[in-house]
Amino acid sequence: MAVPLVPRFLARSRTIAPAGWSRWLIPPAALSIHLAIGQAYAWSVFKPPLEDSLGLSGTASALPFQVAIVMLGLSAAFGGTLVERNGPRWAMFVSAVCFSTGFLISALGAATEQYWLIVLGYGFVGGIGLGIGYISPVSTLIKWFPDRPGMATGIAIMGFGGGALIASPWSAQMLESFGGDPSGIAQTFLVMGLVYAVFMTLGVLLVRVPTQDAAPEQPGAAADRTASGQVSARNAVRTPQFWCLWVVLCLNVTAGIGILEKAAPMITDFFSGTSTPVSAAAAAGFVGALSLANMLGRFVWSSVSDLVGRKNIYRVYLGVGALLYLALATGGDASKPLFIVCAAVILSFYGGGFATVPAYLKDLFGTYQVGAIHGRLLTAWSTAGILGPLIVNAVADSQEASGHSGTDLYTTSFYVMISLLVVGFLANELIRPVHSRFHEPAGGTAIHETGTAPEEAAK
Amino acid sequence: MTESASNTPGTAGGSRRVLLLLGWVWVGAPFAYGLYELALKLKLLLTG
Repeated sequence: MAVPLVPRFLARSRTIAPAGWSRWLIPPAALSIHLAIGQAYAWSVFKPPLEDSLGLSGTASALPFQVAIVMLGLSAAFGGTLVERNGPRWAMFVSAVCFSTGFLISALGAATEQYWLIVLGYGFVGGIGLGIGYISPVSTLIKWFPDRPGMATGIAIMGFGGGALIASPWSAQMLESFGGDPSGIAQTFLVMGLVYAVFMTLGVLLVRVPTQDAAPEQPGAAADRTASGQVSARNAVRTPQFWCLWVVLCLNVTAGIGILEKAAPMITDFFSGTSTPVSAAAAAGFVGALSLANMLGRFVWSSVSDLVGRKNIYRVYLGVGALLYLALATGGDASKPLFIVCAAVILSFYGGGFATVPAYLKDLFGTYQVGAIHGRLLTAWSTAGILGPLIVNAVADSQEASGHSGTDLYTTSFYVMISLLVVGFLANELIRPVHSRFHEPAGGTAIHETGTAPEEAAK
Repeated sequence: MTESASNTPGTAGGSRRVLLLLGWVWVGAPFAYGLYELALKLKLLLTG
């Protein structure tokens, strides 16, 4: 269906790859979006200066990030179909405009000391940019790399993890230069908004959808794993497979957040009563190691899934993840290297779970509306974002209130995480190929197979 | 790696290679900066 509101330059029909277009130009296009929007995980850098200069509480200063994450889930869930219909260039453009404008509105809010403008700008407007941007390259990458969909989406989603690695030191350095007062914060937001607008433009300009001729040959092994039929987003949410995968993603993410949420105090508490206590600086290094594991897991494990299959790799994430949590709960304080390795591998599974899920969706539902289905599935992330910290903090607080300390603060939540991972493992086992009654009729998916709407192709 | 450049004239193929290089440098340079800053943090884990 042609969408008259979409400018010609952004229309799907204008983004069809010309002959000779290399598919290796698509990952940098995707990365320019994901490396930018991954900044969301570096919001904590702004919390102390905002609290000091605007007199905010810790809860209030977290509000822009929380609103942004809620908007990420909502815009991905509700905007997914639009992204599929209008194409990746339109989606990347919308993402770049919303994300950058969010910073500019926040700059105005900081300059005028109107905090609600920061919540509106960074949280609401920027959050829409996060959601649309997160799903924007997924289906395009899968179509360009039908032989290695896990690796392709792994590269992009690794970028989301890497975005915080860039934004965190960069914004900290700018705040140091401009100052942590409202004027300095405003200047930092302003520079970030402008730089991200330019940086994300590369994705808008570079992204192309493949024509059938330009799409690479599909080796048999990879094609075998592809869904036998194409399923629309509307039908996908009616299948048990979607909801089993929703549970799998939600519980895998919850388990990862269980460690991420309290990484620094956790390692300090675990070794506080031993001969090798952990300093605050080393705890910060531990958080850095977990970031690296999270990021690498996104690329490495999702690439491995192309070889071993999606169901098997989730068996590893959930099954081995549960065993690693058990090792932490029973002997985590016996050895610092053991603790670090177990936590890092769990975090690599957390990242791997995010990065492998688009390829799993493609295997189950085909490429027809995989971006839109992915958007709907991301509500599992929003749920886990609430569930994970809630469990870990509630357990730690209740243990502390009853006079416990050290490892006792965390072992109960570790056992809760093991239970959740076992439930996720069982949900993964229940996933079977989608029944043919949910498949689209033959010929009804032309827009996504060729990158051209039927009526546009006929012109 | 599968490429679809076999039918492309030489000049277009050359400009695509430049585009490919620029695209990866565009995203690779800030990513390398992030990794460098992360390496500084990791050093703290070993020495802190």
